[in-house]
Amino acid sequence: MAKTEETIQKKEVQQAERAERTRATRVFTPEVDIIERRDDILVVADMPGVDETSVDVTLEKNVVTIYGKVQPEVPERGRPILVEYGIGDYERTFTLSNEIDREKIKATVKNGTLRLLLPKAEAAKTRKIPVMAEP
Amino acid sequence: MLWSEGLGRPGSFWRDWETIENQMNRLFAGAAPSAREFPAINIWADGDTAVVTTELPGIDPGSIDMSVVGKTLTLRGERRPEEVENGTYHRRERWYGKFGKAIELPFDVDADKVSARFSKGVLYITLPKAETEKPRKINVKTE
Repeated sequence: MAKTEETIQKKEVQQAERAERTRATRVFTPEVDIIERRDDILVVADMPGVDETSVDVTLEKNVVTIYGKVQPEVPERGRPILVEYGIGDYERTFTLSNEIDREKIKATVKNGTLRLLLPKAEAAKTRKIPVMAEP
Repeated sequence: MLWSEGLGRPGSFWRDWETIENQMNRLFAGAAPSAREFPAINIWADGDTAVVTTELPGIDPGSIDMSVVGKTLTLRGERRPEEVENGTYHRRERWYGKFGKAIELPFDVDADKVSARFSKGVLYITLPKAETEKPRKINVKTE
């Protein structure tokens, strides 16, 4: 049953990477799907509690970082009687293997899910090479 | 008692095994607290109201099925996998599939006054206590 527990839990970022945090909050690793298509790479990340104003996407060389800031909503009255999940920010960093067209990156957030569309630069796109028959 | 139905995560033998194990536990454990099941929930409560929150990102709020009977709140829903044509998955960590969970609250709920709000992928359900459960003041008459 330990496994069940593990699979429903959010994964907390183990340690501050690169820099220490100034904001005292928990940081979780969002679960992602990464799908590569012919012309682009689609990153879908579950970040409940995040909207379009509170997520930052940065691209530095080939490293993409997504950071979602969560303002916890706590009921005005009462006290917690059952706590199964923690609330905090989200952060995750990816290294991209293909050259990305920085100008055309698109990010949208809907219902707490971030969709990041990274179009490949012309040079990195797969090209179909026609095979000719020898004369 | 908390319970849940099979969840469509990319399956593995152990996952299936756990489902069976949980079902067995459920059969024999009766009302004993069982393993926490998907989705994870938080409950806030005071004397009159309970607030249940759960994170269901990327789900269509209209597809969440909620029902209340007595003390038990039941949540059901489904999330479909991303539909992509001609794509290759490099990572596939997000959950998808059907879920169901029954949550027992500390008091009987007034089912007519339950309200729910879905914001940024988080579901907030407010459940007021039933009138019949509230303490009543009894006047002592003098003869």
